[in-house]
Amino acid sequence: MTPTAAPLLTVRDLRVVIGGKHILHGVDLEVAASGTTAVLGRNGAGKTTTVRGILGLVPRTGSVLLAGEETVRLATHALVRRGIGYAPEDRGVFASLSVAENLRLAERPGAGEPAYDLVHTLFPELRRRARQAAGTLSGGQQQMVAIARTLLNGNRLIIADEPTKGLAPKVVTEVAQVLERAAEAVPVLLVEQNLALVRRLARHCVVLAAGRTAHQGPAADLLADAEAARRLLAVGSTGGTGSTGTGSTGTGSTGGTGPGAIGGTGDTGAGGTGSIGIAGGTGAIGGTGTAGRTGGAGSPTAGSPVRTAARPAARTTEADA
Amino acid sequence: MSTVVLLTFTGLGLGALYFLVASGLSLIFGLMDVLNFAHGALLSVGAYGTWWAASGHLPGAGSGGAGFVLAVVFGTAVGTVSAVVLELAVIRPLYTRPREQILATVGVGLAVPALLSAIWGSDARPFPGPKALSGTFAVLGAEVPLNRTVLIGAALAVLGALKLFLSRTRHGLVVRAGVEDRAMVTALGIDVRKAFTLVFAIGGAAAALGGALGGLYFGSVDPEQGTSLLIFAFVVVVTGGMGSLTGAALASVAVGLVQQFANYYTTAGLGDLAVVVLLAALLLVRPRGLTGRLA
Amino acid sequence: MTTATQPRGRSRTAGHPLDTRSRRLRRATRWWPALLLVALFTVPYSALPLPGLLDGPIGGPGNLQLLALCLLFGGLATGYDLLLGRTGLLSFGHALYFAAGTYVTNTVMLEAGLPFAASALLGLLAGAALSALLGAVSLRVSGIGFSMVTLAFAQAASILVQRDPGGVTGGEEGRAAPADRLPAALVGIEHTANLYWIALAYLVVVLAVVHRAVRSPVGRVWEGIKENERRVEVLGLRPYGFKLLAFVLAGTLAALGGLVYLLLTGGATPQTTTSDFTLSLLVMVVLGGSGSRWGPTVGGVLYTWADHRLTDLAGSDTVAGLPAVVRVPLSQPLFLLGALFVAVIYLLPGGVARLPARLRAARPSPAAAEREEVPAP
Repeated sequence: MTPTAAPLLTVRDLRVVIGGKHILHGVDLEVAASGTTAVLGRNGAGKTTTVRGILGLVPRTGSVLLAGEETVRLATHALVRRGIGYAPEDRGVFASLSVAENLRLAERPGAGEPAYDLVHTLFPELRRRARQAAGTLSGGQQQMVAIARTLLNGNRLIIADEPTKGLAPKVVTEVAQVLERAAEAVPVLLVEQNLALVRRLARHCVVLAAGRTAHQGPAADLLADAEAARRLLAVGSTGGTGSTGTGSTGTGSTGGTGPGAIGGTGDTGAGGTGSIGIAGGTGAIGGTGTAGRTGGAGSPTAGSPVRTAARPAARTTEADA
Repeated sequence: MSTVVLLTFTGLGLGALYFLVASGLSLIFGLMDVLNFAHGALLSVGAYGTWWAASGHLPGAGSGGAGFVLAVVFGTAVGTVSAVVLELAVIRPLYTRPREQILATVGVGLAVPALLSAIWGSDARPFPGPKALSGTFAVLGAEVPLNRTVLIGAALAVLGALKLFLSRTRHGLVVRAGVEDRAMVTALGIDVRKAFTLVFAIGGAAAALGGALGGLYFGSVDPEQGTSLLIFAFVVVVTGGMGSLTGAALASVAVGLVQQFANYYTTAGLGDLAVVVLLAALLLVRPRGLTGRLA
Repeated sequence: MTTATQPRGRSRTAGHPLDTRSRRLRRATRWWPALLLVALFTVPYSALPLPGLLDGPIGGPGNLQLLALCLLFGGLATGYDLLLGRTGLLSFGHALYFAAGTYVTNTVMLEAGLPFAASALLGLLAGAALSALLGAVSLRVSGIGFSMVTLAFAQAASILVQRDPGGVTGGEEGRAAPADRLPAALVGIEHTANLYWIALAYLVVVLAVVHRAVRSPVGRVWEGIKENERRVEVLGLRPYGFKLLAFVLAGTLAALGGLVYLLLTGGATPQTTTSDFTLSLLVMVVLGGSGSRWGPTVGGVLYTWADHRLTDLAGSDTVAGLPAVVRVPLSQPLFLLGALFVAVIYLLPGGVARLPARLRAARPSPAAAEREEVPAP
């Protein structure tokens, strides 16, 4: 086995044509076998379409390899049943169904016990509101339902499309913490506009521009290079810092009030202070009990691949067998 | 007074018939975006299946007692099977072409009644029903035909069963979720196409049952019966809000009653017009139907 | 060639050795509609037999009547496609406006005793007014809701006509047109040629109007609405008004067709008010090819011809002598047409109008064929 683990998901030349309009002209991306891979790009670059294309929710051509298996000809439900949790951009919550029913839909009969314990530990609120119609939930609560659905099964990959879009800063932090924790066990493909969040969560990133892959590499490298970030993402460094600032305040406040399960997040606020934040932020989550394994995530280059390779590699072999 | 009672029962009976057609129509449209123009044909298939069986062609079935029940079961079963075949053979291959799906059901809706009249003639055939159901019973001085109550009872039973199915079973959950957002259901790893076949089977069964019992109500079967009922079922579905079962039930009752009362107290035929005018008025006030569901 | 196919055709022939030849060919074939028109115009003078297609000489009164109906329905389907194929509106109530033209004109002649020309004008106006009024209401809902509301309105009118209020419509029998009010040149079997030319003129008028309309700026908005209504809204345009315009134009063209029908058949029949009538228009359009320039016309002509020929066939002795399995379906033209329609949807997406393109696509290299494959609208 090479030091770098084989990617869990490999997308090659993904093309999407909708109503005669070419939306994607050939997207290439890899989702690492561990950690979070962020998909970045301006509005209209094709981020959501890429995700929908991977899942087969829009007609597409190209190659989508999930742990070595070609899935481009699979129907969406068949692909998802191979172990994908998907939280779409609009959250995809069924408004007239109750919270419990929304979660029950995500159960996969015959694919192991649904992890309600985990979900209810992470989102105690969802247990309290189990019988409430999901349409009456706040945006943040709906996002929790959407993410909870991805955590209910022993998925191999979680795809979250702009999970923090339109949420209050406090909720953004909450969602980020859950994603961070989820990414410890399962690789996450995260579409995100919030650079502060990307900085905090993502180890790898893919930048899309006009329906093509414009850049792919370690997230920290891109974010450290203000010039490249501006060119690829069209965001000023001030804007980035600005949003980072909000993030940090929000995190600080959550530290006290947040759910006990993710305790020890008091110092997550450090995440907003710049590149050191990556180490700080992840370290804080590490406080939940897996400090030893995730503590080193702050250094994106040295050592990390070997460490992260172990678990997903085993999963891959399992799948091949 | 007795006239009002009679009209109420007749209107409710008609509404029950509408509901049996509209419930499936509404579910199919809600889940699949397919406006099933062949739904009237399914009703006709059910009616002819029952008529055929009750006329002594099916061993054990007949026009009275248990024999008639067997005939109704047979007609409903034939309608259900036809609906499943329709979904699998005609609708499913056009999954990615929604407009063509509707057009294909239009073709089937034209062809099936034509085939029925090719086989059994285009004239109405007297419908053999049990003697027990041909009588009347007295309510508040009115002599109400029993077959009205049979229809009302059947519609209530179907409504109850559908409600239970939708709220208590996983398949029902999938259907309700699919009415809201079909793509998201597949994105949760559920093969929504199974639900398509299922709603077609349910809708076909309800429509065929409507056909079987409609034979009692009208006293005869003819190939165009289903198609003419279908149009009022469409009115019901739009009025009730597409994809909403409760809306369909409410709208069925409203349409049936308005039609009967207006037909009786004004000129014959005006009731049918009144229903359409009401639909237009409703759409002007609430473009999304009574229940506010997508239209 | 439509505007849509021209660039595609050019890109395929670009750099091809046969480029100039095919271009010359194309230029020559551009005049085929004019040639066809001349040919159609001279049909009443022709005694050419078309065995299998028609009984007897093509210029005979019976055949002229059938051909006139074919042309009329060709035009009617073309007008209907203004909604279905050009604006993306699936109306199930088009029969209403057709019947309005027929019934209003006929009733005014019969009841008010007005001459034909004045009655016809009133019939046409009634069609326009009715489509404006009901279109304004129906278009408040979109998608399938619209289809259902148009269906309901047409059904209401159909019921009204069949109930025969005040003995005006003639109920299920319909009412014959008063021969004394009609111009003498349009009455009687010896004047079938005149009726034929009127039907031909109707088709030409509809084709010209539709062609001009879809090429106008409004037509481009219609195309936008058909593809993506949201996008039109984003441009600051209100789709409602444009859709209503299409609806009224199509309704008025249908009423005009109703006038021609009144002359052709010498009366008003309630069959033209039914939803089945609209559905047959739908079948014609889809059969021929929705959204194409000639498709609906071809579909209307083919359907009408097939319907009449199949009805003749169903009543013939040859069919009566066949075994039941074959005889039963053959005795119902509507069954065959319905089945044919479903088959066309599967086997021939885009209808007959796409057939030449498909055949051409089958010949050249796979790459070119792939380019030809445009997703069905």
